[in-house]
Amino acid sequence: MTDLSLDLDKARRLVPDAFRTSPRTRLLRFLGWTAFLLLTGWCLWDFGFSPARIVDGAQRLATVLAFMFPPHIWTTWAEWQEVLKGLGETVAMAFMGTLLGALVAFPLAFLGAKNILPSTWLRLGVRRGFDALRAVEQLILALVFIRAFGLGPLAGILAIAVSEVGTFSKLFSEAIENTSTKPVDGIKASGGGPLQTIRYAVLPQALPVILSVVLYNFESNTRTGTILGIVGAGGIGFLLADRIHAYRWPEAWTIIFLIIFMVYLIDGFSGFLRKRIIGG
Amino acid sequence: MTAFSPAIDRFELDYAAARRAARRVNLVSTLLFAICFFAAAWIGGFFDMTQVTLPGGDRVEMWKIWAGLPRLGEYLYKTLPVLHWDSLGADLADWFWRWKVWLRLLLETVLIAYLATLFGIVGAFLLSFPASRNLSPNPLVLNVTRRYLEIVRTVPDLVWALIFVFCFGVGPLAGVLAIGLHATGALGKLYSEANENADMRPLEGIKASGGSWFDQIRYGIVPQVVPNIISYTLLRFEINVRSSSIIGFVGAGGLGQEIRVAMSLQEYTDLSALFLIIFVTVIVIDMLSENVRHRIIGLTGKGV
Repeated sequence: MTDLSLDLDKARRLVPDAFRTSPRTRLLRFLGWTAFLLLTGWCLWDFGFSPARIVDGAQRLATVLAFMFPPHIWTTWAEWQEVLKGLGETVAMAFMGTLLGALVAFPLAFLGAKNILPSTWLRLGVRRGFDALRAVEQLILALVFIRAFGLGPLAGILAIAVSEVGTFSKLFSEAIENTSTKPVDGIKASGGGPLQTIRYAVLPQALPVILSVVLYNFESNTRTGTILGIVGAGGIGFLLADRIHAYRWPEAWTIIFLIIFMVYLIDGFSGFLRKRIIGG
Repeated sequence: MTAFSPAIDRFELDYAAARRAARRVNLVSTLLFAICFFAAAWIGGFFDMTQVTLPGGDRVEMWKIWAGLPRLGEYLYKTLPVLHWDSLGADLADWFWRWKVWLRLLLETVLIAYLATLFGIVGAFLLSFPASRNLSPNPLVLNVTRRYLEIVRTVPDLVWALIFVFCFGVGPLAGVLAIGLHATGALGKLYSEANENADMRPLEGIKASGGSWFDQIRYGIVPQVVPNIISYTLLRFEINVRSSSIIGFVGAGGLGQEIRVAMSLQEYTDLSALFLIIFVTVIVIDMLSENVRHRIIGLTGKGV
C-alpha cells in the first residue's frame, strides 16, 4: 500500500504531465467548446428555433402524422393505376439511368486506373473530371434536362445517368486498380497483347466488384429517384408532391408507405441477384 | 460409346446436361433482361416522338431525344455569361450582381448542413446502441429502432422538407429538421454497424466488474467506435451540404430558393453563377473533410 503510493509520488514528480492536463490543452479545449456552443447557439437563434415555434410546429406535425392511420386506400382502378404507373416509372428511371451511366462509365474507368494508364498527368486529369461530374447535384441536372426534353421520365433518366457516370467511373477504376497482377503477368508471358490482358486477366477479377457496385447504385437510385419527380422529372415524386401541396395527407402517407415497400422489394431483389451472380 | 469405362461415359453425359442447364439459365436471364430494358426504355419515353417546327415553318414528327439535343445546347449556351477580356472586372460584377445575397445564403446553406449534421449525430448516436444486434437490451427495442431508422432514411430529405415546410413554415428551420431527420436514419445505420463490429471483450470486462448497461456502452464500446463515427460523420456532412444547397427549392432555406427564382424569372446567367458557387463550395468542403478524414485514419489506423 505505502509502496504503491510512494511509487505514485515518484512517478508524479518525474512526469507531472502524465497526471494532469496541461493548461494549454485545457485552454484549447475550453476555446473549442466555447466556439462550438457559440456557433450552434447563433445558428439556432438565426434559424428561429424559438420554443413557441417548435411547439406550434410539433402540434401541426402531430396532426399530419395522425392522418397516417388508418391508411388511405384508393377505391377506383384509375387512381390505383396512376400511383402504380408512378412507382413503375421510378423503378424504370433508376434502371435505365443506372444502366446508361454504367455503360458510359465502363470504358472511361480504364482511363482512370493506374495499372491500365500509367501516364500520371492524363490519369489525374481524367480523375478530376470524374470528381467534377460527381459534384454536380442530380436535381440541378434534372432541371436542365427538363428544359431540353420536357417534363417526364426522360429528363430524370438522363439526370441519373450523367451523375452516375462520375460515381461509376471512380468506383470502377478503383475496382480495376485493386486487381492482382499475377494473372496479368501470366497473360503477358504467354504472348498476349494489351487488349487480351484486359479481357482475360483484369476483367474476370474486376467484373464481380463492378456488378455489385452497379446493383448497389441501382438500389440507391430507386430511393433518390423519388425526389426527381418533385421538380417534374417523372416518377412517383410528382404525385407525392402534388398530394402534399394539396394537403391530401392520407393519400400522401399511403404513397410514402408504397415507396418504402417498393424500396424493400428492390433491395431484396438486388440482394438476391447479387448472391446469384457473385456468390455472396 | 467410348470403350474406356462407363464412368467416363457417365461424366460426359452429366457434363453435357450441366452445360445445357447453364445455357438455359443464360438464355432466360438474357431474355428477362432484354424485356426489362425495353420496358424501361418505353416507360422512360425513349421511343417517344414529338412535333418540332422547322426553321422553314413546317411541323414535323421527330424523335424526342434528337429534338431535345439542340434545345439542351441552346439552353446551356444561354447560361454562359458574356465576358470580355478588356472589361473583365465589370463583366464579372455583372455576372455575380447579387453576390451579397448569395454569400449570405451560402453561409446559411453551410450552417443548415452543420446544424443538421449535429442533430443527426445526436439522434443517430443515441439510437445506434439499441439498434445494434449485440448491444440491444431486447429484441423488441432492436426491431422498433431499426424500422424507425429505415423509414426515416428511405424517405428522401426533400420529401421531409415538403412536410416540415407545411408544419414549421418556410425557412431554414424546416430544412435543418428535414436533413437532420434523414441524416439520423443514414448515420444510425452506419453507427450501429460500427457497434456490431466492435470487440465485445472490453464490454464483458466491465460487465464482470459490475458495470451497468450504460457503463458497458460508455467505457466498453464508445472508445472503440469513435474514430469510425467521426469519419462517417464527416462523409455525411459532405452529403448534407449538397442536400442543403438544393433544399431551398421547396422553400426550406439556403441557396436553392435562388435557383428557383432564377429559373422562373429566366435569369440564365444567374443560374450559371449559382451553379458555380455551389460547385466550388461542394469541392472545397469535400477536400477539407477528406483531409481531416485522412488525418484521423493516420492517427488511429481506423475509420473509412
